[in-house]
Amino acid sequence: MNARENFVARAAQQILVFDGGYGTAIQGYKLSEADYRGELELTHDQKGNNDLLSLTRPDVVGAIHSAYLEAGADMIETNTFSATKISMADYGCEHLVWELNVESAKLARACCEDAEAKDGIKRFVAGSIGPTNKTLSLSPDVNDPGYREIDFDYLKDVYREQCDALIEGGVDFLLIETIFDTLNAKCAAMAAQEAAAACGRDVPLMISMTITDMAGRNLSGHTVEAFWAAIRHVKPLTIGLNCSFGADLLRPHLAALSKQADTLVMAYPNAGLPNDLAEYDELPETTAQLIGQWLDDGLVNIVGGCCGTTPAHIAAIAKAVADRAPRAIPKADIVTRLAGLEPFVMAA
Amino acid sequence: MSSITSSSRFVNIGERTNVTGSAKFKKLILAGDYEAAVEVARDQVENGAQIIDINMDEGLLDAHEAMTTFIKRIAAEPDIARVPLMIDSSKWSVIEAGLKCVSGKPIVNSISMKEGEEAFLHHARLCMAYGAAVVVMAFDETGQADTQARKVEICKRAYDLLIGIGFPPEDIIFDPNIFAVATGIEEHNNYGVDFIEAIKELRVLCPHAHYSGGLSNLSFSFRGNEPVRRAMHSIFLYHAIPAGLDMAIVNAGQLDIYDEIKPELRVACEDVILNRDPDATERLIALAEKYRGTDVAQEKAEAEWRGWPVTKRLEHALVKGIDAHIVDDTEEARLAIKAAGGRPIEVIEGPLMDGMNVVGDLFGSGRMFLPQVVKSARVMKKAVAHLFPYIEAEKEAGAKGKGKIIMATVKGDVHDIGKNIVGVVLQCNGFEIVDLGVMVPWPTILQAAVEHDADMIGLSGLITPSLDEMVTVAEEMEKAGMSMPLMIGGATTSKTHTALRIEPVYSGPVIHVLDASRAVGVAGTLVSDTMADKFVADTRAEYSDIRDARAGKTAKPLATLEEARANAFEIDESMKPAAPQKPGVHVYDDWDLADLRNYIDWTPFFRAWELHGNFPAILTDEIVGESATGLFSDANAMLDKIINEKWLRAKGVAGLWPCRRDGDDVLVYCEQTEAHVRLPFLRQQIAKRAGKANMCLADFISRDGDWIGGFAVTTGHGIETHLAQFKANIDDYSDIMLKALADRLAEAFAERMHEHVRKDLWGYAPEEQFTPEALNREEYRGIRPAPGYPACPDHSMKPTLFDLLDATPTTGITLTESFAMLPTAAVSGLYFGHPQSEYFGVARIGDDQVSDYAARRGLDMDRARQYLRPNLNE
Repeated sequence: MNARENFVARAAQQILVFDGGYGTAIQGYKLSEADYRGELELTHDQKGNNDLLSLTRPDVVGAIHSAYLEAGADMIETNTFSATKISMADYGCEHLVWELNVESAKLARACCEDAEAKDGIKRFVAGSIGPTNKTLSLSPDVNDPGYREIDFDYLKDVYREQCDALIEGGVDFLLIETIFDTLNAKCAAMAAQEAAAACGRDVPLMISMTITDMAGRNLSGHTVEAFWAAIRHVKPLTIGLNCSFGADLLRPHLAALSKQADTLVMAYPNAGLPNDLAEYDELPETTAQLIGQWLDDGLVNIVGGCCGTTPAHIAAIAKAVADRAPRAIPKADIVTRLAGLEPFVMAA
Repeated sequence: MSSITSSSRFVNIGERTNVTGSAKFKKLILAGDYEAAVEVARDQVENGAQIIDINMDEGLLDAHEAMTTFIKRIAAEPDIARVPLMIDSSKWSVIEAGLKCVSGKPIVNSISMKEGEEAFLHHARLCMAYGAAVVVMAFDETGQADTQARKVEICKRAYDLLIGIGFPPEDIIFDPNIFAVATGIEEHNNYGVDFIEAIKELRVLCPHAHYSGGLSNLSFSFRGNEPVRRAMHSIFLYHAIPAGLDMAIVNAGQLDIYDEIKPELRVACEDVILNRDPDATERLIALAEKYRGTDVAQEKAEAEWRGWPVTKRLEHALVKGIDAHIVDDTEEARLAIKAAGGRPIEVIEGPLMDGMNVVGDLFGSGRMFLPQVVKSARVMKKAVAHLFPYIEAEKEAGAKGKGKIIMATVKGDVHDIGKNIVGVVLQCNGFEIVDLGVMVPWPTILQAAVEHDADMIGLSGLITPSLDEMVTVAEEMEKAGMSMPLMIGGATTSKTHTALRIEPVYSGPVIHVLDASRAVGVAGTLVSDTMADKFVADTRAEYSDIRDARAGKTAKPLATLEEARANAFEIDESMKPAAPQKPGVHVYDDWDLADLRNYIDWTPFFRAWELHGNFPAILTDEIVGESATGLFSDANAMLDKIINEKWLRAKGVAGLWPCRRDGDDVLVYCEQTEAHVRLPFLRQQIAKRAGKANMCLADFISRDGDWIGGFAVTTGHGIETHLAQFKANIDDYSDIMLKALADRLAEAFAERMHEHVRKDLWGYAPEEQFTPEALNREEYRGIRPAPGYPACPDHSMKPTLFDLLDATPTTGITLTESFAMLPTAAVSGLYFGHPQSEYFGVARIGDDQVSDYAARRGLDMDRARQYLRPNLNE
């Protein structure tokens, strides 16, 4: 049974648990510039380059992975959210992209194997692919709405490099997450499919959009239904939402997506909205209880946490979802789903 | 089905953003004018295109560059980008370049087996990888399919190949070729039938696939004869849609309604398309001549005015409110006058004022209406703005116009729609307006009047506390020793209030102006050397009479408070509503504006524009119907933008709390503070006929425990940036329109929220089913009186209500010192759920109640009298 089949079979029986936030956990270690840069010879300051820690402080990253696995996570993600040539340019680390992704994947895999050794239950590694800090759909120059900083082919090459390295490092899935720009996501998905085809292994895609306004749209302006219409051609193993806001505010948008998506739905919200000090203070029990409400309505198959969530949150969530019935995957009508910023369905 | 556009299943694909289909678009793209090209796309979507086709196949163009640039440009326009795109090119490389810029799910138009199966499947796989539906042309290695059999054969073969590679069948759209008929070549006669019959057959053979076609080919033989082409297209769709045609590339605006096509033309076209008669082509050709040019003549007439002399053009533009050429025409007039040795100001004094005088005459005689006048004013302002630098450059001691008027909405009040309308109308009539804006304190008004050497002051206000503030301004003008006329206007102002309260405190002329149409007459008379004195004297006499009459009236006795209370309304306790389903405070951060739109009560909207009559009858009114229809269409166009581009944000809060009646007060129990909040109400004291109670809102609440609610809603957030833009564009029409629409949306939100409360939050009427019209007629159970309105006239109750709701942090609505709400487009009030509760007016109250109320509210008598001024018995 390969990872896809294993995952699908488990998801048919139970709600699967994903991990939580990494930023807050890393902050807790109060690492110095020296911790970040390690023995590497680098031109830029590295403090804040969290992805680099997979090379310079694998003990820290591994400890966080293990904490989530101990809390009950069935799947963890690699510490590679920003490990692309575009994002690493900010730190002068473009040359490390391949190594970062390969080593992060191996590190996560090793942590999963430790956990599997204890109870014999398979754990999954999702290779994290962030949105980069460049966008294909928006102009950074208000006076020139037609301008773009990057183009599709360049971005696809950037994503391809990351996908190839993550697969090389042994990830089970490729998780395109925190999608604020739908076209970036389509580009990443195309790169991921090509990478999977090239390696000859079945590497399923997981797709997760982030909502940036209360009306339920991402930054490029798509509603969740339009987003689904635009991305469903890649036949993702999971579709869902992450980050955005807390589980309570995410609920209506998750419901809209859940109704349409004829595949597994995964959602991992923030620990509420940040307070005045930009800190997340939603208690683990609160997050777990709010996610419990999603289950009441059968909205999800896989749950986890994003910004501000901790192993305590994941433990509370794991407890809340144990023995709960997973969402039944609806059968999609065969209708033509087109999309601009809004969905357009043609009757059969 | 009699109308093509009424088919819900049929998809209109806009064809104007296609360089091969639109000469205008081609010209814009060739010139690199993407800004204007984007407007073509916007226009299409606004006119109902559900998908827009983009084609840049033109020999002189770099099609890659044009395709990608245009797609990126429209991505920045939410009201265009909301619809899916159709990427149309005969070159695959152009299509692929386009696919790399499209963020949604588009349609590729098109691929075919023209170059064999391999290329066809390669392109199909790429469409799958990029995530696009695809139009497949009925074209194979040997050529285009013409007959029914060929069309079916090629499409079926393509379908099987696509299904073989896992292409989703629902993403396949066949274009089985619409060819020209009536060409004179006999083999072509059956092309229409071939297409329609092929679709019927394919629908069975190719499950889930769709069918499309380019209509313009059909009528190719009649190019240059638009009326015949339009009729042919409409008739073809009439027959092809039921056969299975799902979509067509078509200019939706250029289709006729089937039933409205002249029968002789309809039959002739139908004979040709359906190939019913071998002589059909000849008959249609003969008949077509009769229709040729019927469009052209019309277009010619429309364009003809551009050939007129410049002064005539300026007049036409002003009367029709057309601003497209106004700057060019104004410049031409300026140069002509300059050549003749004249000065720039003469353009205004000459042709522009002549034009505005025509507008003024038409308006004065009721042949033109306010919305049109405001449009004319927009044109005028643009012309003046163009001339201004030239006038300044000459540094003329600006010849004074008819007069200079200071206008202001008084302190504490934020409403300015009416004031702006009056300002525009006065400007159109040659007055210079110094508009001080809203919430203007009296020192600023007086100072401006002196600094500008003004001829008069106009004050405006909508809420009742503004009436007091107007009195204050008048008192201060008196103290400052001023003597210029003071004009009073605004919804709550009245001749009576002006006569009773304002005129006595100011020795200069004080005139109440009923509406914008009277403003010109009043202001004009006041600056006239010959008529002013008599007019002022007559008005003084009239106001004096009003005071005398009123003095007699006050003798009419009121019931004492004690008597009134003894005649209180007794509710039927058994009908008391149940406890709410969802008590407490509920916040709505971004209510769907599209939902609110359905709840708009339009009649007050027309009233704001001084068009009187009930909606929708007003649209067909003999006198104002045309004007109202134009206004309504402009309003809806702006509403579309407000909603699609999210100009405004609807924020609201509603709360339901346990309470009980305590005399004329209601004690509300607030859970957060665990305290009782006292809401004192006023009781009618006017003498009542037997059997009629002296009402007080507290009467609708049970002494033994009950529930009360409150709400505050606004649709004004976000309005400022757009108003600023309109101001920058010198566009009063849009400025007033947006404010008026925001007000309507706020009222609609109040209506919608009330329904939500009845059906859900309180839930005492979960099954109620009212049309928006019935809601506007208040047919539902329960009431929502607003502080400051007749049933609870004291505006100063708003802070208490806002505290209960915690409304300011959640909705962003703040209160001015006069308790006006900001943003202006806001409504707040209380909910009473008892079925016997009803609206009433408190009207005049006695001193006994004023002092009783002051004690209950904890106010001193002066303050209480100030708050209750409009209801005092004097």
